[in-house]
Amino acid sequence: MLELQQLYKTYATGDTALRDVSFVVPRGQVMGLIGPSGAGKSTLIRCINRLVDPSAGRILLGDTDLAQVGRSELRRQRRRIGMIFQEYALVERLTVMENVLSGRLGYVPFWRSFTRRFPGRDIENAYRLLDRVGLLEHADKRADALSGGQRQRVGIARALAQEPALLLVDEPTASLDPKTSRQIMRLIIEVCDERDLPAIVNIHDVPLAQQFMHRIVGLRAGEVVFDGTPAALDEAVLGDIYGAEDWTAMRREHEEDQAAEADATRRVAEVAR
Amino acid sequence: MKPTLVPPDAPTTYADVWTFRTPRARLALWFGWLALVALFVYCWQVMNADTMWVFVADAPGQAADLGSRMWPPSMAYLPELMAPLWDTLNIATLGTLGGVIMAVPVAFLAARNTTPSRVWIRPVALLVIVTSRSINSLIWALLLVAILGPGLLAGVVAIALRSIGFVGKLLYEAIEETDARQVEAISATGASAAQRLDYAIVPQVMPAFWAIALFRWDINIRESTILGLVGAGGIGLKLQASINVLAWPQVATILLVILATVLVSEWVSARVRQAIM
Amino acid sequence: MSLETTYPTRWRRPPRMLRDRRWRFVVQGAVLAYLVLAMGSLDIEWSRVVEGLARGQRFVEGFLQPDFTSRWSDIRQGLIESLTMTLTATVVGVLISVPIGIGGARNLVPAPVYGICRTIIAVSRSLQEIIIAIFLVAMFGFGPLAGFVTLSFASIGFIAKLLADDIEEIDPRQVEAIRATGAGWWQVLHYAIQPQVMPRLIGLSLYRLDINFRESAVIGIVGAGGIGATLNTAIDRYEYDSAGAILLIVIVIVMLAEYGSSYLRRFLQ
Repeated sequence: MLELQQLYKTYATGDTALRDVSFVVPRGQVMGLIGPSGAGKSTLIRCINRLVDPSAGRILLGDTDLAQVGRSELRRQRRRIGMIFQEYALVERLTVMENVLSGRLGYVPFWRSFTRRFPGRDIENAYRLLDRVGLLEHADKRADALSGGQRQRVGIARALAQEPALLLVDEPTASLDPKTSRQIMRLIIEVCDERDLPAIVNIHDVPLAQQFMHRIVGLRAGEVVFDGTPAALDEAVLGDIYGAEDWTAMRREHEEDQAAEADATRRVAEVAR
Repeated sequence: MKPTLVPPDAPTTYADVWTFRTPRARLALWFGWLALVALFVYCWQVMNADTMWVFVADAPGQAADLGSRMWPPSMAYLPELMAPLWDTLNIATLGTLGGVIMAVPVAFLAARNTTPSRVWIRPVALLVIVTSRSINSLIWALLLVAILGPGLLAGVVAIALRSIGFVGKLLYEAIEETDARQVEAISATGASAAQRLDYAIVPQVMPAFWAIALFRWDINIRESTILGLVGAGGIGLKLQASINVLAWPQVATILLVILATVLVSEWVSARVRQAIM
Repeated sequence: MSLETTYPTRWRRPPRMLRDRRWRFVVQGAVLAYLVLAMGSLDIEWSRVVEGLARGQRFVEGFLQPDFTSRWSDIRQGLIESLTMTLTATVVGVLISVPIGIGGARNLVPAPVYGICRTIIAVSRSLQEIIIAIFLVAMFGFGPLAGFVTLSFASIGFIAKLLADDIEEIDPRQVEAIRATGAGWWQVLHYAIQPQVMPRLIGLSLYRLDINFRESAVIGIVGAGGIGATLNTAIDRYEYDSAGAILLIVIVIVMLAEYGSSYLRRFLQ
């Protein structure tokens, strides 16, 4: 279980990115974090595993306050938090297997990671995860030889290799096409369900969020302005989060996209017939 | 043309002079060029204050004389050059190896994203790099021959010391250009600083590293051919000896061998680069 | 996927190069053999090295406590020679490089001109400055004039090559556009080529100025004037404190030149 209490973040430039953010994510819940760009979604997620240091507040993962831990303890805590990135952030020139095993770096001493002699249990588990995300036969390929969707699957396997108690997901589908996006999102939901894992997902695609998330938190200018079920996310709320004008524009764009997609599908079907 | 397209207040005449720059910029530019010319003339006069123009006038004759003495190159001398040539190759290769081994830690200490301390250690590493770069390998050799005595060792160390700056500079720039997101992702797994280096940064700079080392090896082959002039071993020793006894056909042979070596090394490094990349 | 699936517990990273094991063995063996042979050829006299360490220490001391004064007139003379020949050689080198660089660009000139210019460039690049300097000293006599000619010649290979490569890489559409207006060869050069390569030419010239200064500290060793001659004398006489002073001056000037040229380049853009 993750609990945030009155979290604040002010950058050195004086910009306030987060203001009094508090919520609880229970086990097994996948929470979507929506909001316009610049609302602080990325900062919030990075505060939790301290890639960004929060200015004030508490971040409780189990009994530990992540905001307070020191350097060596931080390393131990980070390995409990899996993270999935927007542009996959795989190490492109390492093999898929090395990328997955890099999820174990927090657990093994340097000599083991340097000689690539990970414990047998870690390797077995890495193969199992690669099989789970459907990339077993790609283990020895270099990461830059994979497609976008495949790379994100490796990213998921790397995060799960950490045997995390929490999953942080930063715009997992931003650089993927709509179909792959849904597959990746479904995979994330499934692995969280299998492991009863809490997760926070930054997501800019509101319909996708409504389709997959268990719960949605809306962020505007660093403040929580909505916290509820996807069903409760109506036009008025969305207008509030994104600003009425922007939201209408966004929705129109989405509808156009869908119409275009439907049109394309129909045409393909016609040609096939 | 439709009359409606012409705005009522359009000018009827246009300026017939158009200049690329503003008058002020033109003036500054002209002044800059003028200053350069003046500086050139002044330097020329200072430089040639002691020049014996009689010798200079004689230069074409000297050149023709030298050319006729050098031709034909002495082919009988060729076998004697093989051992010094082997030494030259060893100086270049071992020197590059030593230089690279010393340059790698310097580069990691000098790169903004990997240095342990930007205030204390980075300037020291940068100073090492600039010192090594400013001093030509022949000067390093001159010093080392005075310190270590003549021989291959001085040549190897000279090449190594000069290579530190070159490899260090290019490598630390490559390290600074690594993709920060990959590093962030590895940090997020709870990796230690050493593991971050090993998993996120080293794989990214590896191609640059090989290219730089190979490039420097190629340059070092050229440089090591002349180190013998100051006693640091290799084919340059033979060049010095031949010039001292005015054996011009031998000099011609040596020059041809050097030229061939340089061309072959260029070819080899180009092939290896292709194979690696 | 069944529940009983078992997975391997061992994994080795596949080799990146030389996937065949035998080849890998051969190559590793060859590298090792070369290293042993090469190290053996070094023929190190350890007693001499130990003796040298004391001298090395004296040099480091000289470097830390440089003596600028006792040989100041020599150092001053050498510096003036180095700086003047650096500047004049760079200017002359650039002036000669421009036509040769244009002549070495395949997209601008007929094949014979291209061949000649590229040959000049190749000759200039493959000959070491020091070797050129030896011959020019023999021709022109000792002194900075020989150094000036050496550096000018060496600059041609550097600048003309990069300039020619640059011209070959410029945007052909712009050239076409200017040609389409009916412009002649000189006008194409002026309107299409010059604006595209001029900033680069200035950058190259400044970079070469820096290299020429560093080289000017070397060619004095073979009698072509400059600070190298002074340095050579100082080291020959075991005056390490004066040598240290000269090296420090060279390092500072190189640093200033690097800083200055990056500033100038930004200013000109």
